[in-house]
Order: sequence, then structure tokens, then C-alpha cells
Amino acid sequence: MIESANFAADLAAIWLTVKLAAVTTLLLLLIGTPIAWWLARTRSAWKGPVGAVVALPIVLPPTVLGFYLLLLMGPEGVVGKLTTAAGMGLLPFSFSGLVVASVIYSMPFVVQPLQNAFEAIGDGPLEAAATLRASPLDAFFSVALPLAKPGFLTATILGFAHTVGEFGVVLMIGGNIPDKTRVVSVLIYDHVEAMEYGRAHWLAGGMVAFSFVVLLALYWLNPTGRRRT
Amino acid sequence: MSIAARFRVDYAGFALDVDLDLPGSGVTALFGRSGCGKTTLLRCMAGLERGAGRLAVNGETWQDAGTFVPTHRRPLGYVFQDARLFAHLDVARNLDFGARRSGSAGAVRRDAVVELLGLGPLLDRLPARLSGGEQQRVAIARALLAGPRLLLMDEPLASLDHARKQEFLPWLERVRDELEIPVIYVSHAPDEVARLADHLVVMDAGRVVAQGPLAETLARVDLPIKLGEDAGAVFAATVAERDAEWHLARVEFPGGELWVRDNGTPVGRVVRVRILARDVSIANSRHEDSSILNVLPATVLAHAAEDHPSQVLVQLRVGENLLLGRLTRRSAQRLDLAPGREVWVQIKAVALVG
Repeated sequence: MIESANFAADLAAIWLTVKLAAVTTLLLLLIGTPIAWWLARTRSAWKGPVGAVVALPIVLPPTVLGFYLLLLMGPEGVVGKLTTAAGMGLLPFSFSGLVVASVIYSMPFVVQPLQNAFEAIGDGPLEAAATLRASPLDAFFSVALPLAKPGFLTATILGFAHTVGEFGVVLMIGGNIPDKTRVVSVLIYDHVEAMEYGRAHWLAGGMVAFSFVVLLALYWLNPTGRRRT
Repeated sequence: MSIAARFRVDYAGFALDVDLDLPGSGVTALFGRSGCGKTTLLRCMAGLERGAGRLAVNGETWQDAGTFVPTHRRPLGYVFQDARLFAHLDVARNLDFGARRSGSAGAVRRDAVVELLGLGPLLDRLPARLSGGEQQRVAIARALLAGPRLLLMDEPLASLDHARKQEFLPWLERVRDELEIPVIYVSHAPDEVARLADHLVVMDAGRVVAQGPLAETLARVDLPIKLGEDAGAVFAATVAERDAEWHLARVEFPGGELWVRDNGTPVGRVVRVRILARDVSIANSRHEDSSILNVLPATVLAHAAEDHPSQVLVQLRVGENLLLGRLTRRSAQRLDLAPGREVWVQIKAVALVG
């Protein structure tokens, strides 16, 4: 009885993790593509600062990021006041809050492969498209996107995997609410705290296997990845 | 029908400043050394580079003080040095890319272009599986199918080796002869220019230093850029007779005729003849006792010093055509080659260049 309840809790955490990673990756592809395109093509002086801000999550401790997001989205924060005024309530300790935090946290893992892919395409094919009557928007969709396919594959896999693996930001923003914000990485922490090494093992081992398979897929599906990303 | 182009571009260490009035039909070659600005000029005409200036093509303004038609709204075709085919599309889809977007504006039928450039067997291949010459043929077809009213070509042969070039040139000649689209052709190779161009613009350091009809311009002795071994004259002639015994063909031009190697061109066909200055020697009397087949009467028009102080370049009139001859300054003085003097030219080699 206890065994099956435990199993259900583990499954719920896994499902929540997959949902979070999927929603985050989808949003990141939508938001990250224009950012990566701009970073790859611009000659503006803002390229450096914007690129640095996007890359910040790579070097910042997740707790620092989580702390400031918590303040921003809390009742006294700018974002918090906005979401309250919009009737959405407060984001921390909700699934939406986790999604917002994950999007920011995993941003560089999506934007950078896309930016590299767009830069590798260069001006050539786009100029050719322009001489063949394609407007800039048309050339983006009919030439740049298909040519950047390997970059999108890398970005999707890295964005998804990195969101699955986050821990510090989730803990700061989401806490540990079953079925709402308790993802696999947090649950493993719980199990270890409670000295339930057996249950920790199968989740932790599963994460190792998942990460390995993901990285292997990356190398198999994208043999030019080492050059393009 | 004409193309008026006036551009000023200032980059660090390079300035382009040209004012051109080009014929609205035929092939105009933009000729000059690497870095003379010919590609920049072509890119300005396409709108890929934004220089200050004015461009009107056969009555349509593409750019002036208040107008800048973006590249994708200009009815042009552009063939890049590196074919720039879309790697993710097969040949057929590359061809359709511009055709679909230009709507019915394209007067050129797809199967006619596929036939013209011999692309039938390549249609379902990806660009990565084409040779350099095949890629360029696809690139030209793709540009033609977008229904251009001006075709811009930026050294389309530069990336090909000699054998591929020889294989590719006849395709270009077919495009020139069968489609009535004005072509601006950037090149630094005198043999390509001699073979393809009708009109010649010579550029140096961002400026136009000479321009005019090909035959007249190539035969100038005062061209500011020296062609050296490539200096020579080009003119049109008609095949009049083919001699089966000696495998020679007789070609006629107004006021003269030449014997050339018979390359199978049928009688009556108009061909281009190129005679390099180094293959022309001059005598004051007619020599019958030499191996040289082609000996013609000529009048000295002008001469000019060459880069090496021992050499002079002499411009001559033969019939109604101009010819260049290169000889030593010493010989020129000994023969007393003043303008107006009647002489005999001995032509050691004549090339039919298409």
C-alpha cells in the first residue's frame, strides 16, 4: 500500500518534470529564435550586453537567480504587482512560476546553439534569396530556418535536458509542493534527506540514464554538431 | 534602352566613384584587377550594397535620391562567384525558388531553361552532389527563371578549373545568344571578356578608366591598365569556306580575310576572332617565303610604350578592323612606323573564340 503510494508520488514528479521541460522548451524556441537571429545578424553596440545577459545563467549560482526571481515575482516585486493586477495571482510556488524561472534559466542553452547555427549560414544564402524576390521574412522562413535545422535540434535537446536537471531555481521559486512544483530533482533531495536511498537510487539512476541517452542522441542525430554548435 | 548607373561608395581605404551609361542589351563586361571595385559596383546595382547614387534600368528607376528599391523587389538575376545554391533544396526546388516568387513576370519558360543549360538529369540532386560547373549552371538557370530584366554575373567562372571553364563557356554563350536580357558580367580574365562581351568597361581603383564597344576598346593602345601578354584585338568575321584537305577555314571580315584552324563551324556562321598583339609582326614589304599563312596590308594608326622599355604596342587598321601588334622599340624605329604608314602584318595565330 505504502509502496504504491510512493510509486504514484514518484510518477507524479516525473510527469511534472517532463511537462515543465516540454513547456519551457517550446516557449524557449519561440522566444529564443528571434533573440538568436538578432544576435547573429546585428551590428548594434547592444549585441555584447544582450549576449552577456542571455549567458548569465551559465555562470550564476541557481540560488542567486532564484532569489532575485522570487523578489521580482513576489507581492512587493514589479512582476508580482503586474500579475496580481492582471488577476493571475502570484507566480512563486506555482507551475507558471516554475515555467518563467526555467525559461530564464535555460535560455542560453537554446539561444547559443541557434545563434551559432544562424551565424554559420552567413549572408550568402540570404543575399541569394533576396535576388530571387524573397523578402527578408520570407528568406528567414524558407532559407534560414531549414538551414539552421541542426542548431534547432541541438537547442531543443539541450533546453529540455537542462530544464529537467534544474534544482536550485526550482527550490527557490517553487518550493516542494506535490503535483504542483515537486519535480524529480527535488524529490531525489527529499528521499536522501529521509534516508530513503532505495527510492533515491531509482530516480537518480533514471536521471543518469536519461541524460546519457539524450547526449548520445545529440551526437547521433547531429554528426556535424561539434562544428555547428 | 539603356542602363544609367551612378554610384559613390566610401569605405575605409577604398572609394568607388562611377558614372556609367551602358547599353540596355547585350553583354557588358566590367573588367579590371581584383580589388578595383567591379564587384562592389555590381552589388550596388543589385541593392545588396547601399551606395549613394542613382540607377535606372531601361526606364525604371531602382535608386535615386529619394528611392531605394530593396533587392527583393528589383526584377534582376544575380549569379554569384560561389553558386550559393540552397543546400537544403534539390535542383528542381532551387530553380522554382525565384520562379514561384516572381509570379508570371518570368518570360522564360522553365523547360526551355532546363534544356538550354542541360539540367534535365540533375533535377532531383542536392547541390552537395553537383560539380562546380553544374552548380554554376543551376545558379544561372535559377536566376533566369526569376524573370530578370537585368542579369548580373559576378565572375561565375572564377571557381572553376580550366577544363570546367571550357566546358561551361558554351552554355554562357547560349544564354547570351538566345535570351534578350542585358547582362553585366564582372571578370578579370581577358579571354572571357573577349569571348562573351559586346561592350567593355575597364575599371581601376574604383573608377572607370575606359569604356566602349568591345572591339574598339580592346584595341586601344592607351588603355590605362596594361594587359601584357593578353593584349590583343577581337572582331567579328564570317566563315566563308572550309578546306577539307588542309583542315583550314577561311573567314572574311570587311576588307580582309584570314585562314584559321577549322573547328567545324559551318559556312555562313558569324564567329569572333581574337588576335593577340604578341602574335602580330610587321614588315615593310610582303614576304612570300615564310611559314605564316595570314599576311595582310595594314595602316599604322598609333603606338604606345609598354611596361618594359624595350617594347611598343602598335595599333593598326586592317580593312575596317583594328589590330594590335607588339614589337620591340628598336624594330619600330628601324621600320619607321609613324602613323599613316602602309605596312604588311604577319599574323602567327588566330583564335576563334565563339
